[in-house]
Amino acid sequence: MSALDRKLARDLLRLRGQVVTIAAVIACGIAIFVSSLATFASLQQNQAAYYRAARFADVFVSLKRAPDALLERLRALPGIGQIEPRIVRDITIDLPGQALPLAGRLISLPADAAAPRLDRLYLRRGRLPAPRAAGEVLVNEAFAAANHLRPGDQLAAILNGKLQAMRIVGVALSPEYVFATRAGDAIPDDKRFGVLWMDHDAAAAAFDMTGAFNDLVVSLAPGARAAEVMRGLDRLLTPYGGLVAYARRDQPSNRFLSDEIAQQRTMATTIPVVFLAVSAFLLHVVLGRLVASQREQIASLKAIGYATVPIAWHYLKLAGAVILAGALPGIALGLGLGWLLTRSYTSFFRFPLLAFHVQLWAPPLAVGVALLAGMTGVLSAVRAVVRLAPAEAMRPPAPQQYRAGWLDRALGRRLLSARWRITLRGITGRKLRAVLTVLGVALAVPVIMVSRFWNDALDYMMDVQFAAMDRGDVTVTFTGPVAASAGREIARLPGVLLTEGFRAVPVRLVVAHRSYRTAILGLPADAALRRPLDRHLRPIALPAAGVLLSQRLAERLHVRPGALIRLELLEGERPQRSVTVAGLADDMIGLNAYMRLDALNRLMREGDTISAVDLRTDGRPADALYRALKGMPKVESVTVKALALQLFRATTVFLVLVMAGIFTLFSTVIAIGVVYNNARIALQERGWELATLRVLGFTRAEVAGVLLAEIALEIVAGIPLGLWLGVWLVRGMVVLNETEMFSIPAIIETRSYVLAAAIVFVAGLASALLVRRRIDGLDLIGVLKTRE
Amino acid sequence: MDASATAAEPIPPEVPREAGAGAAGAVFVARGLTKTYRVGELEVPALRQVDLEIGAGEFIVILGPSGSGKSTLLNILGGLDTPSSGEALFRDHVLSGATEAELTRYRREHVGFVFQAYNLIPSLTARENVALVTEIAADPMRPEEALARVGLADRMDHFPAQLSGGEQQRVAIARAIAKRPDVLLCDEPTGALDCKTGITVLRAILDSNRQLGATAIIITHNAAIAAMADRVLYLADGLVARIERNAQRREPEEIAW
Repeated sequence: MSALDRKLARDLLRLRGQVVTIAAVIACGIAIFVSSLATFASLQQNQAAYYRAARFADVFVSLKRAPDALLERLRALPGIGQIEPRIVRDITIDLPGQALPLAGRLISLPADAAAPRLDRLYLRRGRLPAPRAAGEVLVNEAFAAANHLRPGDQLAAILNGKLQAMRIVGVALSPEYVFATRAGDAIPDDKRFGVLWMDHDAAAAAFDMTGAFNDLVVSLAPGARAAEVMRGLDRLLTPYGGLVAYARRDQPSNRFLSDEIAQQRTMATTIPVVFLAVSAFLLHVVLGRLVASQREQIASLKAIGYATVPIAWHYLKLAGAVILAGALPGIALGLGLGWLLTRSYTSFFRFPLLAFHVQLWAPPLAVGVALLAGMTGVLSAVRAVVRLAPAEAMRPPAPQQYRAGWLDRALGRRLLSARWRITLRGITGRKLRAVLTVLGVALAVPVIMVSRFWNDALDYMMDVQFAAMDRGDVTVTFTGPVAASAGREIARLPGVLLTEGFRAVPVRLVVAHRSYRTAILGLPADAALRRPLDRHLRPIALPAAGVLLSQRLAERLHVRPGALIRLELLEGERPQRSVTVAGLADDMIGLNAYMRLDALNRLMREGDTISAVDLRTDGRPADALYRALKGMPKVESVTVKALALQLFRATTVFLVLVMAGIFTLFSTVIAIGVVYNNARIALQERGWELATLRVLGFTRAEVAGVLLAEIALEIVAGIPLGLWLGVWLVRGMVVLNETEMFSIPAIIETRSYVLAAAIVFVAGLASALLVRRRIDGLDLIGVLKTRE
Repeated sequence: MDASATAAEPIPPEVPREAGAGAAGAVFVARGLTKTYRVGELEVPALRQVDLEIGAGEFIVILGPSGSGKSTLLNILGGLDTPSSGEALFRDHVLSGATEAELTRYRREHVGFVFQAYNLIPSLTARENVALVTEIAADPMRPEEALARVGLADRMDHFPAQLSGGEQQRVAIARAIAKRPDVLLCDEPTGALDCKTGITVLRAILDSNRQLGATAIIITHNAAIAAMADRVLYLADGLVARIERNAQRREPEEIAW
């Protein structure tokens, strides 16, 4: 071991406080980078692999009823690969012990269930239903898990108006229900929405569909275009009540999953880059300062004949050791976190297997960025010293030139004690360093704000959606349109304070060549329980004629208020009508269209009808109400808002907590890294001055105050800057995370500002206090000797 | 940290008094003063059984080669170090065995220091360097007055880097005397200065000793300075080799090196 290497080892040991804090910063930067990318890659690759293995369809269409004979003509359409006809019906599930009637969807298995061509099921447990066994079903895994259902358990379902007992024979996963949500629901409710698969012939018998189908999943032939295929399908299926084919992109589960992956991509390509850049910046500054503080040693090495290259190499090794000390735990931490985050998605997204993927280039790239940043910091510091003649470099740097600044003049001699002047001039005399320190402290703040922001935004969205827009406690959905009197009947049930019927009709909105499929909601003119809102969260009065569109829907269709839009209603007689866009609503979830109930009824030519009722209840335990609703033949399902919200929170809380925990840890590490290293170097440079104060009779507390006040001022200056940066980071993330289904508001609660500021302040102060112990141990006798 | 707030800050406790301690009129009394430094396995004696008495208002010069123990003696008398054994008294306060906080208060209230390296705060002007001490002293003179006494009335708003070595050392003396200290302890005050500048610095120390009645102790390698003293202590190998009393004291302007 050469003498220089021995010096390296001892320097690392001596500077261990600084080594550890710098390594921690780089470890966090690399960990976030690696884990975010790995989470994104895992979700994306699992989606792709699962879709491929399960032969997920490209085009979907439902219709009223078509004879199997039509399949020959459909298969002959150009661009069609394979076609899978099915029977799909929304049903009501009755679970033993559950007072609520639950929403369900029944799907017939292919005639040859053992070898389905498209949307193949993955059998997690149990077996397939026996041929023609009407009493045997598979259930989707999310529903089974939420309700603790196992093969062998019993349930009942209302099929075609008849209650039928069934036995669960297996638990299955489908690429169509990776994320299982019922159309029209803002949040998933796995406990109260189930998908059942039944033998084809048994389903056909139950729904009087023998020799017919009402749903198709289609794959494209190589090179075929979805739009062309969908046009062909629509042409052939319209006489059979075809509800307009849609592509995979608009398939609900896929849309949600792809939105989430897109968000993960944004997260993985922005925040970690910011984090890594912050760590790299700190590394550059702190390592540079560390080397600059060894000025005399570098000069001595030069004086005794070391060339520049071995000296530079020596300090590069120092930087390399510090960076690797952070990089290795950082990579390990990143892999662990990525695995944990990927795992935590299993309760949202049901894949047969959620494999963990790591991009092999991510860790080396992160370490490379760290090395580059650290090395350049070191090299510029070494260069500054070796450029000087050794004799000059061996002397301490020329004394700082101080001037009385405007602050001194403004405050005057009486207001400002001599010790405060030392503090202030310590800052103003080293402006660049002060700016870098303030910036370093500031950079820790947005990190916490971003982590808090997801929570705040989610809270806000839930609040707006479920307290301001959708204000009912319970929503009762009927099996189809019913007379408005059904609502009045429900109003008489126990615990119901207020009812409000509304009509939801599937619709295709068409403007020129653009179209979008959604549901149009017909709401009473004086609606109180379900109201579209403007951007100031004020309810919008529904116009007597015309439609109100979600802002993002209008953007997607390129229409403005006043424009004409064609409504193709996909129910009943399927009327088509052009109406005016009367206004825009600021919905945050989903793309919706609203009309006055009476106007929609006129359009549908069906009199005073509704398809669902919102209820406000007295909030007391409502089993009697649920039982009564269960007994009503026209009731398809009952959604209880509080229960759905509770489940949603329970599933998201882990993810939110993990993210918030990681980000908070990281910003704490940044704050400590910046403040501790800055204080250590300041102490090294100014120890002589501070020891002189002690000799002059200042107490330990008074002397520590001079340096701590300087650090405190830098922290206090950094925090508002950090809050400001945080607001901009959040705004940028909102723009980048805008998806079709969600518009995330740039909401930061006051308590998040306070928390971010407090964490950084405490972390900074704690690291300053670590340095305080060293101030107490200053060598008083040493300062009496001639300086250097 | 402003001047008015200083009074509210906790002041460390005073060095305990011992009834009847110290000879009448003596500022410092040392009895059997011993200091041994431990360097690894090695014990290095710096002072061995020093007995000493220094009277109020005396001007003392301590001479001796490097390692003779003169700095150690000054450090103990100035409350910067504690003896390994023996006793050091300032008037009736026992310095030996006082706590760190008690010694801080002792330095703050009674001692003015002047060092070879000046030890001025580079970010403070001359006036502010003096104010640093007057802000925490009980009955200080105004910084302007202290600077005028050392002949720097017209350089008060200069920073140390803008002053010559001799001027810087005179600022240090102004800083030391502004609190009206009982003792003025000077460690090689002219060590970094040429003869002519050194004389102006010695003049300032002597004037402070005479006008304020502060006991002055100067340690130096420079035998020429001894001519200014009331008494000269010769230290060698941690022992007081001999003490000489000058029958005829010289003014600073009368000496040269």
